[in-house]
Amino acid sequence: MLLSGSGKGQPGAVPGWVGYALLPVLNLVAAFVLSGLVILVIGENPVDVLSLLLSEALGYPEAIGYTLYYTTDFIFTGLAVAIAFHCGLFNIGGEGQAYLGGLGAGLVALALTGWPWPVVAVLAVLASALFGAAWAFIPAWLQAKRGSHIVITTIMFNFIAASIMTWLLVDVLIRPGSQSPETREFDPGVWLPSMDRALGWFGITIPASPLNLSFLWALACCLLFHVFLRRTRWGYELRTVGRNERAAVYAGISPSRNIIIAMLISGALAGFVGVNEILGVQHRVILNFTGGVGFVGIAVALMGRNHPVGIILAALLFGVLAQGGGQLSFEYPTINRELVMVIQGLVILFAGAMENLFKPQVEALFRRRGGAAADATTGGRG
Amino acid sequence: MEDALLLALQLLGATIRVATPLVLAAFAGMYCERAGVVDIGLEGKMLAGAFFSAAVASATLNPWLGLLAGIAAGVALAMVHGFACVTHNGNQVVSGMAINILVAGLAPTLAYAWFHQGGQTPLLPNQARIPAVQLPGVEALAGVPVLGPVYRELFDANNILIWVTLVLVIATHWVLYRSRFGLRLRAVGENPAAVDTAGLSVAKLRYQALLVTGVLTGMAGSYLSTGHGAGFVRDMTAGKGYLALAALIFGKWRPGPTLFACLLFAFTDAVQVRLQGVVLPGIGVIPVQFIQMLPYVLTVLLLAGFVGKAVAPKASGIPYVKER
Repeated sequence: MLLSGSGKGQPGAVPGWVGYALLPVLNLVAAFVLSGLVILVIGENPVDVLSLLLSEALGYPEAIGYTLYYTTDFIFTGLAVAIAFHCGLFNIGGEGQAYLGGLGAGLVALALTGWPWPVVAVLAVLASALFGAAWAFIPAWLQAKRGSHIVITTIMFNFIAASIMTWLLVDVLIRPGSQSPETREFDPGVWLPSMDRALGWFGITIPASPLNLSFLWALACCLLFHVFLRRTRWGYELRTVGRNERAAVYAGISPSRNIIIAMLISGALAGFVGVNEILGVQHRVILNFTGGVGFVGIAVALMGRNHPVGIILAALLFGVLAQGGGQLSFEYPTINRELVMVIQGLVILFAGAMENLFKPQVEALFRRRGGAAADATTGGRG
Repeated sequence: MEDALLLALQLLGATIRVATPLVLAAFAGMYCERAGVVDIGLEGKMLAGAFFSAAVASATLNPWLGLLAGIAAGVALAMVHGFACVTHNGNQVVSGMAINILVAGLAPTLAYAWFHQGGQTPLLPNQARIPAVQLPGVEALAGVPVLGPVYRELFDANNILIWVTLVLVIATHWVLYRSRFGLRLRAVGENPAAVDTAGLSVAKLRYQALLVTGVLTGMAGSYLSTGHGAGFVRDMTAGKGYLALAALIFGKWRPGPTLFACLLFAFTDAVQVRLQGVVLPGIGVIPVQFIQMLPYVLTVLLLAGFVGKAVAPKASGIPYVKER
């Protein structure tokens, strides 16, 4: 399916940017047009609503900070889904893995009161990776050794994670004397510095927002992801298994080992959401802090074509939706937060599942133009 | 003795009531997966069915129009799934997830805009709910030991949709294994190229399967909001679509075992409701969250231990591209 359009000079050949840029943009436009219809149905002006969404997400520095804070989460879960994809696996468990990752980061922060924040940050990153990876390990092992359907097991593990976390927060970790299910607040000394504070050390002032240092870690993860996948033997083996499991076996590559490795990395990446949310922003372990980031990660990976640069761009798009959409309910009493999920769902549907929707038409268009151009260069029959 | 019997019967009665939407959804999945289309979007279709049923039933006070609306919503989403996966060869898991996310947002958004009750529909009055079937002779049999309580607890006052589901289960078995449509359906899920060679349209068969999926998921949703419940509430499917999918896999895509799996999940659910707050000897009170996750843990254990390698219909999840 990727082959069509690659043969230069063939009928139907289209320039590369059509596949990477034009088709995704057309799909996005379609998703937004349908979102506009939904907004019409609930009795608002779609143009006003969508332009407010954009300006609340990108219109002023503070908003951009919020948008990038959401983007951070989506980069982590997008990478998590993508690495599993490269190994031919569908990790729908990013939600649960991120939730457990937050527990890991939170336990470190609770235990290390009084320690310097850089040490806590490093240990929290390790702990969140460990917890996230551990939560991904069981479905991975079951898939590799017992042939259990990984899509189903990871979904079940999302539910199980939610139950366990509720129990921990209600019965075990709850702040003594508190009614709401959350841990005590971490010591301010161990908080992961926000970006405005960190830049302040260098004399740069930006408005305060939840954007914190984990954004840089997310960008670093993109680089590491690329190096691992394209420049190491492990990455090569992993992709081989994803491309053709039987060929991998003949090449002496163990599919089950790579399935487990891919899921461990995937779980660790999803776990980093906990660093951004728990250590960077919430400063305590709370209920449901993940709020669907694992599922959005699927869309981010798909739209980003499982490539780190694409993932950053797609994460930015969903960051805009999360921030701008969240602000809408303040301006429009008839709109609630769930409208964001409608737009997200439509974007995933059009950009992820119907990515070839406009392909025949666009190819036909290029064919016609290509044909006309060819006629022009040969100068007709004269 | 009498008490134990009554408790057991009440558990079984609850099992049947909880199992009904699961069975409908799992059998919905069976049609499309047997035809080679994976459907993770069962959850979303059920939720849409639940919302539109309750919304229309609440507006018209007619449960049957509500049921129709629920079915229409299920079918509409199934056709979207078909358009993405069959017509455009899109990724089936992604399309299903998209539908789930879309509906999880759309239902409360519309409910909020239309009813202004925080994402719910108003409580449905009895006349707007799908009625239960009152069987004759409950009083007459009440005095008869065993038979009387069994008749009353298990068979009387069941929602019509429960009986419809029973019929559908039997019909599905017949359709899949005894009818021409079923033969073709199974063939298109195993070897679409052969079906194509035989001169049948793969796409048409898959759309037909999805049509049934839409109808059944719509009914499942309708049962939740207008049969079993009395109105739509946020997230009322609560993972039942995923559980149905698990039951389908556990049942190896066959009607009998799938029905059994649904009943098993429903039974653990009925038990977990009973177990909440009960002091077990030697263990004490089990935290409610652990009891609630019982069906999910059970699913994982079953998939890991009993089913082993689940062999799906061979072409399941793979878009069919005609050779050119």
